[in-house]
Amino acid sequence: MAKLIHLTINDKEYDVAVAPNETLVDMLRYRLGLTGTKKGCGLGDCGSCTVIMDGSAVNSCLVLAVQADGSQITTVEGLETDEGLHPVQRAFIEHGAIQCGFCSSGMIVSAKNLLDKNPHPTEADVRTALSGNLCRCTGYQKIVDAVLSVGK
Amino acid sequence: MSNFEVINKSAPRVDGYAKATGRAIYVDDMKMPGMLYGVMLQSPLAHALIRNIDTSAAARLPGVKAVVTAKEAGTVKYGVSPARYDETVFCYDKVRHVGDNVAAVAAVDLETAMHALSLIKVDYQELPVLLTIEEAMAEGAPLIHEEYPRNVTAEVHQEFGDVQAAFKECDLIKTTSFVNKRQDGAFIEPQSCLAHYDHFGNLTLYSSTQSVHYVQRTVAMVLGMPVGRVRVVKPYVGAGFGPKAAANHLELATCLLSIRTGKPVKMIFEREQVFMHSRGRHQFFHKFTTGVKKDGTILALDHECYLNGGAYSSFGIATVYYAGSLLGGPYRLANMKYDGYRVYTNLPACGAQRGHGGVAARAGWEQQLDMIAEELGMDPVELRLKNMLVAGDVTCNDLNTSSFGMKECIEAVRDGSDWKAKKSKLPRGKGIGIACGFFVSGAGYPIYRSDTFHGTATVKLAEDGGSALLFSASCEIGQGSDTTFCMIAAEALGIPLESVRIQSGDTDFGVDLGAYSSRQTLMTGHAVKEAAEDAKRQVLEVISEKLNYPVQDMDIKKGFIVFKKGKPDISYLRTNYIKEHRGWSDNPGAEGDLSFREASRIAFLSRGTIVGTGKYKPPELGGKFKGAAVGTSPAYGCSAQVVELSVDEDTGKITIEKMTDAHDCGLAINRTSVEAQMQGSLSMGLGEALFEEVKFDPQGRIINADLAEYKIPTSLDMPPVKAIIVESNEPAGPFGAKEVGEGAIMPTIPAILNALYDAVGVRVFELPMTPERVYNAIRELKEKK
Repeated sequence: MAKLIHLTINDKEYDVAVAPNETLVDMLRYRLGLTGTKKGCGLGDCGSCTVIMDGSAVNSCLVLAVQADGSQITTVEGLETDEGLHPVQRAFIEHGAIQCGFCSSGMIVSAKNLLDKNPHPTEADVRTALSGNLCRCTGYQKIVDAVLSVGK
Repeated sequence: MSNFEVINKSAPRVDGYAKATGRAIYVDDMKMPGMLYGVMLQSPLAHALIRNIDTSAAARLPGVKAVVTAKEAGTVKYGVSPARYDETVFCYDKVRHVGDNVAAVAAVDLETAMHALSLIKVDYQELPVLLTIEEAMAEGAPLIHEEYPRNVTAEVHQEFGDVQAAFKECDLIKTTSFVNKRQDGAFIEPQSCLAHYDHFGNLTLYSSTQSVHYVQRTVAMVLGMPVGRVRVVKPYVGAGFGPKAAANHLELATCLLSIRTGKPVKMIFEREQVFMHSRGRHQFFHKFTTGVKKDGTILALDHECYLNGGAYSSFGIATVYYAGSLLGGPYRLANMKYDGYRVYTNLPACGAQRGHGGVAARAGWEQQLDMIAEELGMDPVELRLKNMLVAGDVTCNDLNTSSFGMKECIEAVRDGSDWKAKKSKLPRGKGIGIACGFFVSGAGYPIYRSDTFHGTATVKLAEDGGSALLFSASCEIGQGSDTTFCMIAAEALGIPLESVRIQSGDTDFGVDLGAYSSRQTLMTGHAVKEAAEDAKRQVLEVISEKLNYPVQDMDIKKGFIVFKKGKPDISYLRTNYIKEHRGWSDNPGAEGDLSFREASRIAFLSRGTIVGTGKYKPPELGGKFKGAAVGTSPAYGCSAQVVELSVDEDTGKITIEKMTDAHDCGLAINRTSVEAQMQGSLSMGLGEALFEEVKFDPQGRIINADLAEYKIPTSLDMPPVKAIIVESNEPAGPFGAKEVGEGAIMPTIPAILNALYDAVGVRVFELPMTPERVYNAIRELKEKK
């Protein structure tokens, strides 16, 4: 019943046997152990499972693993480089943009995706790009400040 | 500026790196070899007798390892307050709300467990469903719990002073009512647990809880285990806001399944279950009658409140008391009468949520004060300044404000928002409003009667010197307590923040009542400070003995030993230290002050492992009347807020444009965290004010149990927030610190209500302020004219 898919996650190639009804988030978390991507609702509402798939930020709970066959995926684990943390990660730490941390992975991935496409976003750009990532702790102020500081 | 080295600054969180990289581990990120998956069978009916439960087909399904019901779990009652223990792990005689727990299954994988659930047959006999307070209190209504006539969980009748006599002295008496809607915690991490019962008979439960201590006691009590064999560990937690403060059946059922199978069992809530089982904010029906003098002096408040509690008590007995007692401040009020009723209904139970019991009361009353100010021709700011408490005041219900920067808060938001230029002067459709808040800095008493310390802490110095390891059962749930405690320990020890590491959220590390009632900074903070000072004393004693230097003339600052009466010859201690570290590249040179690292190594060589301990419990607080304990606290936070908004009169849609908030937190240990708590509180308040409402169908089923239809604020809904920290140096707090985490939500809703009136001249007395509700209020106003 399993289907073999081939995809690239954080610049590493994977062949994975997945169930036809398995979601991308479940494959990442439970099959591959990439638990940095969080699962807050499983319904595409909260954004905590956000990953970048072929250049777009997606809710990985709404993507079937088989749909990700052949794709390029970036998760929060893929943001660090040999130079250290991604600037967005550093800014989140320095600006106090993290509280409970459960939305942070998805939020940081969404922010990175925004900055990849729009390196100097306005505050409205940032708020719009992050509007699919729910955070109950911060009121978003320090998150927006952090992203704007990177995009200066 | 203060003279502190570590605290009272903006520090990055100690868990920031782990959380920014996805390395922070939450319960659902954990797995164990041989781990089973648990799921729960829940009632589809809101009120029904259970005639029979047949689990035989489920138990026979290959891959199923255990099926449990009340037969296996027993019927030991538990809850939050021992006076109202009214829950069992599983229902055995009847179910009381949709989602009530009937059975649980553990299987080799989730699919098998779900399949097994569908094979359990429950024979229900339906009972009348009581969803509203009116239905539940009606003559002849069936009793949801036999022991509680008229379905009243708890009622409160208090009077301080003489309200009727005071009303005779008043120039203006005003009566208004107010109702909010049930609010969900909407934390992003659903409740999750992983239990592991080992072959020695020890049980370890990993749970996304706000209080490992209460969970440990409840698990031991309900499952009949010695408490010493139950260890509860809290990994990182994706926030709680109150609903994760009480032990729940998810934890109990997971433990039971692990005990029955001898295997680790994981069980997590789906988002729909979070809505059904999180004991979030009650719906409150308030009626306030307030009497004032012409000059604005508030003389008396007659207050009545009914709470729709849902099927179980949870924190509700405290909630109904808080709903009354928290109006004792922040204004001078000599006469206050309160009649509160918390009523059982066939809805999921409510409990404690940020601003426990006080949020709707504050919203309704602060709106009424604005109406009174207008009728008296007073500026609402002046009315508040005229009546506010000052440090040292004791309220009519015996709450003692040992520090109280209310004036500073009001003035800060007035000036920070340019109030004078804007109030009543903005163009139609734009408005500005103000309100104040008041909250405890930690509940004065535990939820069970006890002489326990509320918090303990241990500081162990690394044997090789240089690091301090802090152990506490306190709960970091996102608010930043781990960082706060590292800062307090570093300050008290006299070493840099980087030299302190913390392990927290584990019952093996001591007793701590946990993260609720805004208690940890003050209470755990005291214990941490005392533990660090104890460790420091031991180090200095050893150095004093070695150098024959009076200990009272020594201190530790910035990681070095300070000798106040001239430098002694430390060369033999240093030689001793260097000799032990031959070949090491970071040994001290001949010159330079004696470091903490050297001193703590020498202390170890002399006395063995240096361990400092600390503890805290509040002094006896409050009056002698019934219910006097609820509302007591060693200290009280206060706050003021100004909101600016615009209203689209054609649609009724409110847009919040700016929020200015000032909060007196005593002394800010970590300024970043204080601001963050204020901003987060405002966001939750904004959501409750404008759109949050858990809705039910006539059968008692939630119709919006997801984060699409239950709307919480997004980044587009939140305006810029100006957070102003006010410091008052609380004498009862560690280094002068007190709460910020909950009090900051208090003024948000009424400030929005008052700004709405300033914008378009309408008052709404029912939340949320949806476009429909606001539009209709505007239309009614126009029709009246």
